[in-house]
Amino acid sequence: MATSRLEFRQVTKRFGNRNSGDGRDPVITAVEDVSLALADGEVVSLIGPSGCGKSTLLNLGSGLDRPNEGTVLVDGEEVDGPNSHVAFMLQKDLLLPWRTIRDNVELGQEIQGVARESRRTVALDLIAKYKLGEFANAYPHQLSGGMRQRAALARTMAMDPDVLLLDEPFSALDAQTKMVLQTDLARTLKDEGKTAFLITHDLIEAVALSDRVLVMSSRPGRIIEEIAVEMPEREKPIARRGHPKMGDYITKLMGLLHIGDEIEAA
Amino acid sequence: MAARDAGALAPAVPRPDAERSCAAATCCAAATVEQGPRPVAAPAPTPAAAKRGLASRFNRKETWLSLVVLVLFVAGWEWGPVLLGIAPYNIPRLSLVIQEGVFLYQNSELLYHAGITCFEVLVGFSLGCLLGAVIGYLLGMSPTTEVIASPYLLALQIAPKVAFAPLFILWFGYNMAPKILVAVLIVFFPILINVLTSVRTVDPALINLARSFKASRWQIFWKIEFPASMPSLFSGLRIGSTLAVIGVTVGEFVGGNTGLGYLLVQGEGQGNTGSVFAAIILLTLIGIIAYALVILAERRVLRYLPKRDFGDVAIPI
Repeated sequence: MATSRLEFRQVTKRFGNRNSGDGRDPVITAVEDVSLALADGEVVSLIGPSGCGKSTLLNLGSGLDRPNEGTVLVDGEEVDGPNSHVAFMLQKDLLLPWRTIRDNVELGQEIQGVARESRRTVALDLIAKYKLGEFANAYPHQLSGGMRQRAALARTMAMDPDVLLLDEPFSALDAQTKMVLQTDLARTLKDEGKTAFLITHDLIEAVALSDRVLVMSSRPGRIIEEIAVEMPEREKPIARRGHPKMGDYITKLMGLLHIGDEIEAA
Repeated sequence: MAARDAGALAPAVPRPDAERSCAAATCCAAATVEQGPRPVAAPAPTPAAAKRGLASRFNRKETWLSLVVLVLFVAGWEWGPVLLGIAPYNIPRLSLVIQEGVFLYQNSELLYHAGITCFEVLVGFSLGCLLGAVIGYLLGMSPTTEVIASPYLLALQIAPKVAFAPLFILWFGYNMAPKILVAVLIVFFPILINVLTSVRTVDPALINLARSFKASRWQIFWKIEFPASMPSLFSGLRIGSTLAVIGVTVGEFVGGNTGLGYLLVQGEGQGNTGSVFAAIILLTLIGIIAYALVILAERRVLRYLPKRDFGDVAIPI
């Protein structure tokens, strides 16, 4: 079997003062003994109750944080810091308000010292691809929420990462904009053959966009279930929404997350 | 701990537009939420449309009413004291003040003294800003240093800066140095605190974004923290520009024989209320010009912000 693009091996992450035993500053175990692997070109979603450590996994995957136990591997190599194989996108677009959209898309390459002309070409291509052409020289505040999130996607893709880590990227958008952007993302992932790890609260989004869905328990977060999504056409999430199997998957996920027993957990 | 100390220092500084310091950091996040329902295809406001909105906000009606207030004020000063029977040595009417100004211009080198004061304000303000900004950025980037330094900074901030004026004159004599130093000292703190607070409150997610691109510490500062601090820096500069005039004036009160502060004290000694008022008016003008220059620079630097953020004081430039 080929090397996994992204792999977690028995990863545990704790927060708080590791030396204090007096309970004044209690140690919180965010995730415990998490193992998972994403094959090349695979899209996997992670769902779980609030505060179960989903975002912690994302920080570990991007190398911004290190696990206390276990290892995180990208392309078979241990992650020991931020690296150019992985890029992330969050719920907040994180566009710099003082930069134009084009300059925002260029940010990553600029930091890595790519020559101005070539990074500009890449940025303008992506801006056109995500239908932001006429806003290349606009500032973020002049764009709608959906446009800003597409600009953030362009900035992420400008790094040409092997693995995309997506932390609730569409949760701040309205329902229609969300569906349009889900389609944009699904097509991009399919066309470019990217591997993606998607953290979400939206059960339909998880099923519609993914090959597999992982379910996490509440803290300390553990992976309690893995569901393979057996639906065709991953690049067409809107069609998948209407697929006859969708209802079954959602029912199953709701059961696993105890939605209904614990309304607030949703 | 460090963040809390910065917060403890911050409220002591007057901030006419504190809400804007966070505008840069949070505007994307806030707008993401508030603009949610807008369909993707909807045209975003263009820069030209934003400009038109600004022009209509300060429309003719407000401008005229503002001019009416000015006319009432001038008329009140000219005829009010006579009507109310106030003696000219308490409040001389406006035309007397202007006469006194002309007299000072002809006989006491008014322009020379005003020029000296302007120069001291300019140098004191520039040095104070530079010092405050540099130390603000250094402390902002080093939480440990800030924790160590913050009690002393707080003490210095509480100490009345103008009280140092006699000391500086003892040290440096009757020249421009003490006046400039008082201005530096008084300008330093609002700049320092604003810069420090803004570096501390940069959205950590933005720093993480830069880190994920493998940015160096210097790149994080230069590409994220420094530009993110601009709105706060300019709030500090606005406050500093007016404080610089205060610092210089007090310095001139205390010693020396140049500057508008000196002329003012001279007028007081001669019981010449008119020349005191003339000096006050000129000092105010210098403050207004300094403030306006900061606003002009701010409009150039912060052009990426939505225009409404400049609405607190409308200066018709």
